[in-house]
Amino acid sequence: MYPEYMEESLRKVVQTRAARLELARKSVPVYPPMNAEERRRVLEDFHPDYKPDALRPVRVGPNKGEKLTTEVADLLESHSWLRSEQVNLDKPDFETDLLIIGGGGAGCNAALIAMQQHGIRSLIATKLRMGDANTMMSQGGMQAAVSRTDSPTKHYLDAIGGGHFENKPELVKALTEDGPGVVKWLEDLGVVWDKEEDGSIQVLHGGGTSRKRMVSCRDYTGAMIMRTLMDEVRNHPDMITIKEFMPAVELIMDDEGRCAGAVLYSMDSEEFFTVKAKSTLIATGGYGRLHIRGFDTTNHYGATGDGLVMAYRAGAKLMYMDSVQYHPTGASFPEQIAGFLITEKIRGAGGQPLNKDGELFVFPREPRDIEASAIIRECVQNGGGIETPSGRLGVWLDSPLIDMLHGEGYVAHQFPAMYRQYIRYGIDINKLPMLIYPSLHYQNGGVEINERCETNIPGLYVAGEATGGLHGRNRLMGNSVLDYNVFGRRAGKSAGAYAKTVKLGKLSLAHLDNYEKELANSGVQTNLVAPILLPSYAPKDVRKRQLVRGGNVLPGASVVHNRLQEERSDA
Amino acid sequence: MTSVSAGIANSPTTSAADGGREAAERLITVYIMGKAYEVPAEATIMGAIEYAGHQIIRGAGCREGYCGACATLYRLPGDYKIRTGLACMTLVEDGMTLAQIPSVPAEKAIYDIEKLRPNVSAIQQMYPTVFRCVACGTCTKSCPQGLQVMDYVQAAKRGDIAAVMDLSFDCVVCGLCMLRCPAEITQPLMAILAKRLYGRYLRKDSPELAERVKAVEEGVYEAEYAELMAMGREALSERYYARDSE
Ligand SMILES: Cc1cc2nc3c(=O)[nH]c(=O)nc-3n(C[C@H](O)[C@H](O)[C@H](O)COP(=O)(O)OP(=O)(O)OC[C@H]3O[C@@H](n4cnc5c(N)ncnc54)[C@H](O)[C@@H]3O)c2cc1C
Ligand code: SF4
Ligand code: SF4
Ligand code: FES
Repeated sequence: MYPEYMEESLRKVVQTRAARLELARKSVPVYPPMNAEERRRVLEDFHPDYKPDALRPVRVGPNKGEKLTTEVADLLESHSWLRSEQVNLDKPDFETDLLIIGGGGAGCNAALIAMQQHGIRSLIATKLRMGDANTMMSQGGMQAAVSRTDSPTKHYLDAIGGGHFENKPELVKALTEDGPGVVKWLEDLGVVWDKEEDGSIQVLHGGGTSRKRMVSCRDYTGAMIMRTLMDEVRNHPDMITIKEFMPAVELIMDDEGRCAGAVLYSMDSEEFFTVKAKSTLIATGGYGRLHIRGFDTTNHYGATGDGLVMAYRAGAKLMYMDSVQYHPTGASFPEQIAGFLITEKIRGAGGQPLNKDGELFVFPREPRDIEASAIIRECVQNGGGIETPSGRLGVWLDSPLIDMLHGEGYVAHQFPAMYRQYIRYGIDINKLPMLIYPSLHYQNGGVEINERCETNIPGLYVAGEATGGLHGRNRLMGNSVLDYNVFGRRAGKSAGAYAKTVKLGKLSLAHLDNYEKELANSGVQTNLVAPILLPSYAPKDVRKRQLVRGGNVLPGASVVHNRLQEERSDA
Repeated sequence: MTSVSAGIANSPTTSAADGGREAAERLITVYIMGKAYEVPAEATIMGAIEYAGHQIIRGAGCREGYCGACATLYRLPGDYKIRTGLACMTLVEDGMTLAQIPSVPAEKAIYDIEKLRPNVSAIQQMYPTVFRCVACGTCTKSCPQGLQVMDYVQAAKRGDIAAVMDLSFDCVVCGLCMLRCPAEITQPLMAILAKRLYGRYLRKDSPELAERVKAVEEGVYEAEYAELMAMGREALSERYYARDSE
């Protein structure tokens, strides 16, 4: 239940509801959408990326001198777990055609396509269990131009405009033209899409869409897709080997500058294993657990940006690593679910963001960065926010409107996960609005790829959230579920083809020594060892007593801790 | 957290548990795998385990109620009942004694979905244990998602694949039902098969989907793509802001 002091504000929401419902029934926007100039202003004044200390130049590596998100620059200027002389590369522990790092949506798609199209064997090494991934969590849905009024080129224009015209065009073309095929591929694997009576796929609006284009599986879209893909992967044990709790910590190269596999770390036994692979795919997803600028996150436990740092040390170029996506609607109350995602589909279905006086202050379906900035503005500048008992801010997201618009039972059927999340705390979202604030959600940038998922390193492929370029500096809802399907499949296709032709040279970890030297030469001083693998949520006093684990900076020792935040506050 | 500039990040700290002990309000005692710890009264089980200083490796995945990695068994003081919950979603209570069950041994059947049909014999072949159900209802009682698990098992016995799909849609495969089932049935695994069978065979086909896929293959959109991709930023921007909306 909401605390008593919020009741007055809740009453105002009820008072304004009838008029807002009227408005929502008309075919005009309930609030005027911003023009280009208004968008620019709200971003510059209120988006966290635009704060003065949000970015800093990175001092080493392929993007040296470029301004990146500060926490990302910290992550890249870190030590490896390994020194080259510690690892014997003469007899790899495992050999495979295709090594897939990350058992989320992109990784599973790639393994299946490499097998189907090229008869290629793969090894999936993943950090936690298969499917412990952002892919499992997407609720809202996936964009794909499947309806009669839509077309892939309309989708293209929406995606490019949402990304502020900075997206790599060939990637957006690949994304949008493969969309309908992905819907069919998944359906044939057994994904149960929401449908209309006549069998056509149900489509809804999302932020920044000019056509209804969001396809979904109730609000368990990601879970449905992830479980279907995993199930199919597991149906081919002879072709696809799975190693769980075995994250990669470094890439292995050959003496001709090709990527040739990776070093894995067993979380149980703390052993390191070498994998020799003809081609390697990084499908490690995003970085929400870095808690950039102290924000809560919607991301899964293992989202620590590992792929970025591994690829960077090997010489891969990053793109748009100065841009972070804050989801406009993370939960702000109750405290236990702070930062949890409230799917954008709630606004797609008619839910409206309101200030403490129950008034609209923004068009509910602006692109994400605009919507998030407008919510921050409303709280920080206009004083329209409501403060929670623990000192968080939030605005209302009026969910009871939805059943009024679509008929009783709509929320229960379409948003069972949302309903469940709140009813545990005595909040019935059919009767009461939710209190929300932006939450750290998505890694807009990443390793630069082309439409075949190739990087500037031969033999190294990247797909999914770990990549940069596709979304420009702002991804639209539904385009990343499509992303990991489209580019996971494309990666399987091109990495599979490459694996058939390449002859690897002598394996090497010399790039790690070179990177260490570069750190020293650039005067970087840091205790951070990365990849981070898992964040630590132990309270500070506990961490102080964890002498070895918490404070250890020796490569190869048991540092499963995210020291990032403290490093920064001590510095 | 010095990097936070006032008024922008929503939280003074990165997690509810991160404030340190001094910030915590009321503390209660819980027994994590038998050992007593003082934890905040308002914490989730997952938050409490982390507050106690454990680094969870198994037993946490999504942290938001979707992945089923965090299945937990617990008892409350003076109560004989074994209770079940997701650690990321369940609040602690004073005197609670708990253990996480991050993995429930179970064998997934291997199949070629193209060779199965959406009927009772698919269930019989792949998950024959389903027919051992004694209708005791324990699975339904133990489901943290509140699903009618026994009903979907019964539907599977009848070969009603659509009902299994519908009733098991929100299953997070935490495994708690199969852990408690006296007949040793692997409900969530069977349910994944049933959902795939429904999606593959029982769906109503979308007429326009096939047409759209074909149109893309035939290059119907190539000319328009070429035009858009050749446009400069200005022209593209103009086109974007002038586009009509549904
Ligand atoms: C709560 C939530 C809701 C979302 N909703 C939507 C939505 O409605 N629509 C939409 O389009 N998008 C949505 N997204 C975004 C989308 O789900 C993700 O961007 C997408 O699933 C990423 O897929 P991926 O395969 O690239 O990465 P993931 O699915 O995250 O998979 C990456 C995998 O790599 C593993 N890994 C990480 N590091 C290592 C390592 N060092 N070694 C080995 N393995 C490693 C991870 O554990 C994980 O299993 C949502 C995201 C979240 C968090
Ligand atoms: S049906 Fe079983 S596996 Fe699925 S959520 Fe319920 S208890 Fe967990
Ligand atoms: S617990 Fe097992 S035996 Fe009992 S109703 Fe459920 S499936 Fe049947
Ligand atoms: S951690 Fe995923 S359901 Fe709890």
